[in-house]
Amino acid sequence: MLHRLSLTPDDHRIARLTAAAIAIALVESAVPSPLPGVKPGLANIVTLLVLLRYDWATAAWVTLLRVLAVSLLVGQFLAPGFVLSLSGAIASLGVLFVFRPLVTHHSRWFGPVSLSILAALAHMLTQLLIVRVWLVPSPGVWVLAPVFFGAALFFGMLNGLIVAWLMQPNGYGVASSENLPHNT
Amino acid sequence: MNCFPKQKIKTLLRPGDVLILLVGIAGWAILTLSLWQSGPAAQAQVRRDGVLVAAYPLSEDRTVSVVGPLGTTMIRIESGRARVVSDPGPRQYCVRQGWLTRPGEMALCAPNHISLTLTGGQPVYESMAY
Repeated sequence: MLHRLSLTPDDHRIARLTAAAIAIALVESAVPSPLPGVKPGLANIVTLLVLLRYDWATAAWVTLLRVLAVSLLVGQFLAPGFVLSLSGAIASLGVLFVFRPLVTHHSRWFGPVSLSILAALAHMLTQLLIVRVWLVPSPGVWVLAPVFFGAALFFGMLNGLIVAWLMQPNGYGVASSENLPHNT
Repeated sequence: MNCFPKQKIKTLLRPGDVLILLVGIAGWAILTLSLWQSGPAAQAQVRRDGVLVAAYPLSEDRTVSVVGPLGTTMIRIESGRARVVSDPGPRQYCVRQGWLTRPGEMALCAPNHISLTLTGGQPVYESMAY
């Protein structure tokens, strides 16, 4: 017996936002990187926007679906690259869950940049640990750790600034609350 | 309209953000220094087929000869550094590498199955792993 799936407005919203994140991630995956693992992670801008404009659950959906879809599209599904992306995403989402109140409750002091940096560092740390334990079981992995963490700090800050810029109040940014009438 | 008035930058980067950024940069600097600036080399280790056959302190000058499948590899330890002086290998990579001075550095005479590694006071991460 077939049941027609009923789609809620939330489903549509998640699908739309995920599509945007997938598009960004795909474009980014086509840009060569000097070192595997070092990339801007611009799709996380969508994650952060969703986290701050909607809620954590929506952000988790958008991020995990994006990781899954992008890995299928670039042919990395279940390959080491996918495991690294997924574990990095889960770690970042965990950090975002813990620190989201910092921004929502103390927005005078903390903004998207804090969340972005913390999530990027958690992402990088998790990936390095998995590489160390699973892919390259040698302490030599840590020689490159400063490069990876430096990149995480830099791109975390950059993405956070972009998010903050998009969310500027008074309708200046595309994600200003005034420009999102469906946000409650 | 001014594109970036001061007030706007302030709302983009809030005080807590700056704090987290500074803590991050400080942590990164400490990490980099501790990982990349290991202390002076203290010991020269000679390996045959990956097995440690001898280790000498760099504080004493000496010449060491190690016999491998192709012949004798000569190693010189002098004033806190070490190098392969001669090797029977065809391409002489390990000889041409010259003096090793920092911990973790390694001269690999692969044809003769001999390697020379410098270590510090504590075990350091070997760069050959990458």
